[in-house]
Amino acid sequence: MDGKALTSSLLYLDGVKVSFDGYQALRGLSLALTPGEMRAIIGPNGAGKTTMMDVITGKTRPDEGDVYFAGSIDLTALDEAAIAELGIGRKFQKPTVFESHTVEDNVLLALKAPRAAAATLFGRDEAGIHRRIDAILATVGLSDLRAHLAGGLSHGQKQWLEIGMLLAQDPKLLLVDEPVAGMTDAETAQTAQLLRSIAKDHSIVVVEHDMAFVRDLGVKVTVLHEGAVIAEGPIDQVSADPKVIEVYLGR
Amino acid sequence: MTSARLLDLRGAIFAVVLIAAAILVPIAALAVPPASPFHVPAYVIALTGKYLCYALLAVALDLVWGYCGILSLGHGAFFALGGYAMGMYLMRQIGARGVYANPNLPDFMVFLNWHDLPVAWWGFNSFGYALLMVLAVPGVLAFAFGWFAFRSRVTGVYLSIITQAMTYALLLAFFRNDMGFGGNNGLTDFKDILGWNVQAEPTRAALFSLSAIALLIGYLIARAVTMSKFGKVLVAIRDAESRTRFLGYRVENYKLLVFTLSAMMAGVAGALYVPQVGIINPSEFAPANSIEAVIWVAVGGRGTLVGAAIGAVLVNFGKTYFTGALPEYWLFALGALFVLVTLFLPKGIVGTLGQLFARERRAAVGARGNRVPAVAE
Repeated sequence: MDGKALTSSLLYLDGVKVSFDGYQALRGLSLALTPGEMRAIIGPNGAGKTTMMDVITGKTRPDEGDVYFAGSIDLTALDEAAIAELGIGRKFQKPTVFESHTVEDNVLLALKAPRAAAATLFGRDEAGIHRRIDAILATVGLSDLRAHLAGGLSHGQKQWLEIGMLLAQDPKLLLVDEPVAGMTDAETAQTAQLLRSIAKDHSIVVVEHDMAFVRDLGVKVTVLHEGAVIAEGPIDQVSADPKVIEVYLGR
Repeated sequence: MTSARLLDLRGAIFAVVLIAAAILVPIAALAVPPASPFHVPAYVIALTGKYLCYALLAVALDLVWGYCGILSLGHGAFFALGGYAMGMYLMRQIGARGVYANPNLPDFMVFLNWHDLPVAWWGFNSFGYALLMVLAVPGVLAFAFGWFAFRSRVTGVYLSIITQAMTYALLLAFFRNDMGFGGNNGLTDFKDILGWNVQAEPTRAALFSLSAIALLIGYLIARAVTMSKFGKVLVAIRDAESRTRFLGYRVENYKLLVFTLSAMMAGVAGALYVPQVGIINPSEFAPANSIEAVIWVAVGGRGTLVGAAIGAVLVNFGKTYFTGALPEYWLFALGALFVLVTLFLPKGIVGTLGQLFARERRAAVGARGNRVPAVAE
């Protein structure tokens, strides 16, 4: 790492502001994630959850504020590919897998390996690559479907494949955007279990609408509203907070 | 996952047909007496040799469009630049045999009252240098163009429009006499290539064979690229570009590399085309040419490589027939063909056939009780 650690947090956002054509999507968002932590972020539509993900992954540059990763790396100066290489993986709200690739090729493309064009053009598969793919497919429960085209998977299976691709990247930090949107109850419960097992050796930020799912995860919760944090703590404490109730139930 | 071979059944058939053509067609043209039904007349050689060059252009275009989703509407420009590089060599070979008998300057320069050979023409009396330029000029242009376009993340229809603008700009530039490339008339009246008479039947037969071999090599290179992990990343970019970026791949570098490679293949196609048709002029830069090439690929089947080559040959065969029989209807026929293929054969001829075979194979194996998952490609 370059320089001295400025913070002991894995991810550190301070006073982040972003506006689009005069609309302030983030108004001074601050958040700190300790290494190994799983955090749930909730908030109504337009609270700035997705914009926050965009800022962390380099898709959007903040107008103001600091974003640091692993203590001293300034994420605002890097692009998407560089940030992904640092070890920040992202799962999108709408499952985006490579539809015309097989399930296992999707995982293969995500696997931690040299990303340069020359390496993929002339490189050979490293030893043990099949074992790593097998392990990941087993974790997300898609071993039987490995040779199927990803475009033919069900919605829930695509979500799991995408989580598998995140695992394959072996990131230090996983950003997971609404993993259970559109899932059945059984799939939702399976997903919560999957995330809890992943959280054993990864730091995770989960953005979610589904309060039952967040309760099921059983982790610290941050509530966003209009681009800033309004409450933080265990789910029971947060859901009893009058400000949170007002935001969620209307005034 | 990497179990697929460089030559699958489709590719093997394609390779055998090309090798057979490269060997048998010259024999049929030169050794078989004209009275025999197996004799291939000279005009057929010239025509089919031209189709093979178009097929190579189509394979190059399929590599960027079919696999990486870059719909280039300017590939005709790379083809024409390769053609000009070869044409300049052929012009220098004329020497003092031109109308004005100037040993140093091509006729059009004498006509324009020029006294010195422009710098751009230096070295073109050497065949090796000309070959280098056939690859380098389209390659450098594609690299410079792609450098700016892909880095600025210009994609989709916007990219298509600027590729179209690029070829149109070159069309206008090459029309100007003071560019020094023969202006409106272009380069023609070629005499010989490497000492062989360009018009002679053996030379034409050799150029035909070379075109078939170049097409095969171009296909094999494109096939090797698309089968590598690099090729999988290309398809990933085509399907979900920003997802690929979030996985850590530098999308612009991948696009730049494949676009430049494709432009160089198009340049080779143009270089083989020019001695066979005997002329290169600015109309080769016409935007309509590049659009026609896209139609060949769509008809044959994008993302199949072999299909692109077949599409180029079939559509051009149709064009030759139509422009002879019903010249005023050719553009309508081409337009209708494109609409029909888009509506009813979105995967093109080869793509649709491949799908049918895969379904039958699955049904046949399924009947024996094996579960066969759908396999990519």
